[in-house]
Amino acid sequence: AAAMVMNADLRRERAAATFQPELLTHVLDGGAERTRRRREIEALIANDPDFQHEDFSFLSRSQRYGQAIRKSALMVMKLREYGIADPDEIYLFKSFVHHGRPEPLDLHLGMFLPTLLTQATPEQQDRFFMPAWNLEIIGTYAQTEMGHGSHVRGLETTATYDPATQEFILNSPTVTSIKWWPGGLGKTSNHAIVLAQLYTLGQCKGLHAFIVPIRELGTHKPLPGITVGDIGPKFGYDEIDNGYLKMDNFRIPRENMLMKYAQVEPDGTYVKPLSDKLTYGTMVFIRAHIVGDAARALSRSCTIAIRYSAVRHQSELKAGEPEPQVLDYQTQQYKLFPLLGAAYAFHFVGTYIRDTYRRISADIIEGDLSELPELHALTAGLKAFCSWIANAGIEECRMACGGHGYSRCSGLPDIYVTFTPSCTYEGENTVMMLQTARFLIKSYMQVGSGQRVTGTVSYLNDLPRQHIQPQHVAARPVTVLVNDPVSLVEAYKARAAWLVEAAAKNLQAELNRRKNKDDAWNVTSVDLVRATDAHCHYVVVKLFTAKLSEINNAAVRAVMTDLCLLFALHGISKNAGDFLQAGILTNTQVNQVNQHVKELLAIIRPNAVALVDAFDYSDSYLGSVLGRYDGNVYETMFEWAKKSPLNQTEVHESFHKYLKPMLSKL
Amino acid sequence: GVNPDLASERLAASFSVELLTASLDGGAERTRMRRAVVEAIENDPVFSQENQYFQSQNERYEAAVKRAVYLQKKIREMGWSETGTEVQYIYRCLSGDIALSLHRVFMRSISVLGSDEQIAKWMPLATSYQIIGSYAQTELGHGTYLQGLETTAVFDAATQEFILNTPKISAMKWWPGDMGRSATHSVVFAQLYVHGKCYGVHPFILQIRSLQDHSPRPGVTVGDIGPKMNFQHADNGFLRLQNVRVPRENMLSKFCEVQPDGTYVRWGSQKINYFTMTSVRISVLSDEVIRPLMKACTIAIRYSVVRRQSKLKPGEQEAKILDYQTQQQKLLPQLAAAYAFHFINTYLHELFNRGYQDIQGKNFDSLPELHAFSSGFKAIVTQHCTSGVEICLRACGGHGYSLLSGLPSLYTKIIASCIYEGENTVLLLQTARFLIKCFMAASAGQPVPPSVTYLSSAKPGKCPAKNKSDFLNPEFYLKAYEQMASRLISSSAAKLQHLIQSGVEEYEAWNQCTVQLERAAKAHCHYITVKNFVETVEKLDNKAGIQKIMKHLCDLFALHGIFSNMGDFLYDGYLTTAHMDLVTASYLDLLPVIRKDAVPLVDAFDFTDKSLNSALGSYDGQVYQRLYDGARRSPTNQQGNPAYGKYLKPLLQNKLSKL
Repeated sequence: AAAMVMNADLRRERAAATFQPELLTHVLDGGAERTRRRREIEALIANDPDFQHEDFSFLSRSQRYGQAIRKSALMVMKLREYGIADPDEIYLFKSFVHHGRPEPLDLHLGMFLPTLLTQATPEQQDRFFMPAWNLEIIGTYAQTEMGHGSHVRGLETTATYDPATQEFILNSPTVTSIKWWPGGLGKTSNHAIVLAQLYTLGQCKGLHAFIVPIRELGTHKPLPGITVGDIGPKFGYDEIDNGYLKMDNFRIPRENMLMKYAQVEPDGTYVKPLSDKLTYGTMVFIRAHIVGDAARALSRSCTIAIRYSAVRHQSELKAGEPEPQVLDYQTQQYKLFPLLGAAYAFHFVGTYIRDTYRRISADIIEGDLSELPELHALTAGLKAFCSWIANAGIEECRMACGGHGYSRCSGLPDIYVTFTPSCTYEGENTVMMLQTARFLIKSYMQVGSGQRVTGTVSYLNDLPRQHIQPQHVAARPVTVLVNDPVSLVEAYKARAAWLVEAAAKNLQAELNRRKNKDDAWNVTSVDLVRATDAHCHYVVVKLFTAKLSEINNAAVRAVMTDLCLLFALHGISKNAGDFLQAGILTNTQVNQVNQHVKELLAIIRPNAVALVDAFDYSDSYLGSVLGRYDGNVYETMFEWAKKSPLNQTEVHESFHKYLKPMLSKL
Repeated sequence: GVNPDLASERLAASFSVELLTASLDGGAERTRMRRAVVEAIENDPVFSQENQYFQSQNERYEAAVKRAVYLQKKIREMGWSETGTEVQYIYRCLSGDIALSLHRVFMRSISVLGSDEQIAKWMPLATSYQIIGSYAQTELGHGTYLQGLETTAVFDAATQEFILNTPKISAMKWWPGDMGRSATHSVVFAQLYVHGKCYGVHPFILQIRSLQDHSPRPGVTVGDIGPKMNFQHADNGFLRLQNVRVPRENMLSKFCEVQPDGTYVRWGSQKINYFTMTSVRISVLSDEVIRPLMKACTIAIRYSVVRRQSKLKPGEQEAKILDYQTQQQKLLPQLAAAYAFHFINTYLHELFNRGYQDIQGKNFDSLPELHAFSSGFKAIVTQHCTSGVEICLRACGGHGYSLLSGLPSLYTKIIASCIYEGENTVLLLQTARFLIKCFMAASAGQPVPPSVTYLSSAKPGKCPAKNKSDFLNPEFYLKAYEQMASRLISSSAAKLQHLIQSGVEEYEAWNQCTVQLERAAKAHCHYITVKNFVETVEKLDNKAGIQKIMKHLCDLFALHGIFSNMGDFLYDGYLTTAHMDLVTASYLDLLPVIRKDAVPLVDAFDFTDKSLNSALGSYDGQVYQRLYDGARRSPTNQQGNPAYGKYLKPLLQNKLSKL
């Protein structure tokens, strides 16, 4: 195709921006040097013919899987060739190779190898780690079963120790106990770390991890006693062979139980592990990652929808004038700009969790786990809060692109189906919200019993005032200034305090009434989820606001302040009921908030394209005809459609089979 | 056998499922007829959708064409009539997974827009399938704004032909169904030019493919627009025209004509055509929007009583996930909404039937109201149902993500309804325009249509409710909805007036108020939906417990709406913060009440397992066995693993250089 010139609308938009997107990109990356390195890594892949492939939209599932495997294999080789070893850089490399999509070796690299490192004995590491590192062994991590996901203790797979042969006998005793969902299990892996209920000397010792060979080396055929396969087509994740695994009296040597902590001795004696708090750390890390995923999925979607809305013209605002860009409609701005704010907010939240985790990692190694419970509770809630908003936001962006958003060429359907499972995996969102709620209620009780709490829940320390004054703590007046992010943080804080307190009181009332704490918890859970939601919202607004003062460039800070204000005010407007009910805002103030939201839409409008340009996604990574940097939407869409499988012959075979007989029968 | 966890739910029903089904169908006789049609279709293997989750775009398309062709045979065999009640059940049963559906739109446009001679010429060809039609309106660059279409039809008096062109890339027709591979003809909308003057958008009948070998006619470039989020069975197409000529007689000319000398003549009233457009919006709601939500509720609720996870109390068996308050709060409001929208759909159809009679009698007074209704309700029903289906999907955890659950395809299909037949935001703003006009008229003491008389009667006041059970009295919550809708409309009107009086140009003032106006239109439709639910419940038969359970659902629908839009309701001042606590309590109390009847309430929708096509939602609740059987049928397990030999083996054996 001939080189295309930049769409005139986009050119105008970029010329009119009040700040340099490049400087904002540096803020996002954490410095100019990191931006440079990120681009350098992306260029390695972009310029490598080995990593080129057809548009995935036209490939069958089997072809997509094949391409992904091919690229994963090359990726592992080239990472070593280039000597890239820093975990962040490995992550960047991988996400550029796979355009942000999952890949069949994810579980091998992300779970199998790390689990060996943390839970295998030195002897086991010798046997398994190097072969796995060299990809002679490909492993996956098989925890979830057909019948159990969230409730891990309910898993049904058994591993029964046989002292006579010094083996474990693995069984999937029911249909519901079949391992279901592990990525890379269906077709790729030859080993799996399997979680099973350990039975020894007639007693159940709970869940333990075992290294189970599942396919024969050399032929890749399932071993006798192993039934393994792909779980069939899904909403997305076409590249991944999520699998099932059924074991019938399958024996593995005693030495295949991961025994760094718990152990089974040759005679069957069970030796207990010391502590299991360390597993918290991994969960924090993975959930922080999901917050980052939410930021990326949402920022990609916003990039596509905002660029396209600048290129697309439709209808008339004023009779007789040319059709305006759809981005000039207030309703379109109202759909997209608060999401743009959320994308930035989530980016900063993800970075914050990651940095905090790294900061306290040193303490963890030293055995100081004091900060971990709060971080753990906080990330559970934030994982749910951010992934829910991003999930809905991607769809909002897609629908804001009208009919063309529905085409796979827009890239948006793919972003959605790839992202949406994160509302479920690594902790189902509602379950996560309730975990955080448990922490909030516990903190509230601590304050009630005279202890002080620290960190993000420290606002609960103000609560004892209620013993003097008969009013809700949150009802103390907050002077809310709609133009001041710091003041809005206070408003969100007051709302969180009010809802945590309301949930705690309702819980107490139910306890008094029913005397059964589990029932009481269940019938209060809607309130508890609301309280967590408010707490997380407060934390997100707070972190976004805090970030503003770290931005050195005045022009960038100004536009980010507008966006932060919009994000915060839009959240108030959407949840006005809480703010009114808690007495934090008056009707007049809610009116001002609504009004100011609309003013901010107009203020942000001229910078909208520059704000998404700052995310710095290459066209190849973005994978969207609508979101192209040069805005040549329609020409590219036509070229893309011509490649559709239905167009491979001018006359489709079904014409000869069915239509022709029908047309000519009469 | 039936899973005991599901069987026990059915024993506890407080009402007669069969009677509710009959009531939803409009009588036991219709239930019988529907079941007979469904049985005949589902027992015919040609119409089986069992393997659709495993099929490629090409295979889905071919199967859909096959079904469309065989259906004609089936209809003759069974002695069904193309115009009878059965047809409605046939298409419902096929869930739209069939080709040539645009052919019916093609025929309808000819019969509505064509002259008597045109109808006499084209309809016999179409009804006997000697030609296959499509309907080409939307272009690459234009959807919502029809006046902006760029395809041109220039009259050439010398040859008595129109010359059709898509002069630039954005003018290409894009999206028409059946266009990509199947159609031989299409109705094409184009800007009409005669002697250099543009007369606006007009419809033309155009042959696009040869009737001999199906190849595109000279000047025609046509093909499929490529993979979409769903509708893989449909060959949505593109159409590019370069100096394609059609005879003068091919312009559909019921309302206007270009005479041989080029004189443009317009006659008759196009208002009836306008009526057709609005009624199409309503006609998609039942099958394409409300029933998918009913299916999603059926799947999610049945699965939620089969799925057990974690323990509510230590020492007990793991609990059914439907016993968790948070799960009830996700699913039961969707169930209530499915019923609410079923009833509003009935209401809209009655309204349109009455409107149609008026129009037949040349009385066009009800048209603006009908148009406002069709736009607003199309928007809110599609929006609510779409989000409802997604909530059901996510409420099924990981297994909901499997195509075998049936939920992803329900979702990706229903989601298109928010865009087609009018983009929702655009439609809501049309409703808002009507509401503002009515509000102005009412303020000036002029008469307004019956559905909006509340705009002049609503007076600010305080809700007299004292305790939570008061909010189970429809009078109280209806008043709250009425107040809110009325306030949002009047304050939008005031804002608009204010802006205009302060010198802002009218179009700009409108744009500045659109966020508010959209909200006002939604509030109006929400109010009418609640009101209609209340009125429907009052009219229901009191026997067999049906009225009672429907009353609970109606309360839930209404209170959930208040709970979810607290800000708007509090702002009114009609409800106080103390009231809000009562509403919340009353709403949460309803969840366990409806929970008891949740399974019977979805059973009453009477979907067969084949039509649900879901491992999670089948009537017998054998969820896990069905998932496992489904997975084993997957081509990934049936057809070997080509990637092993090509990529995995070299990888495992350290021979990467061979890749």
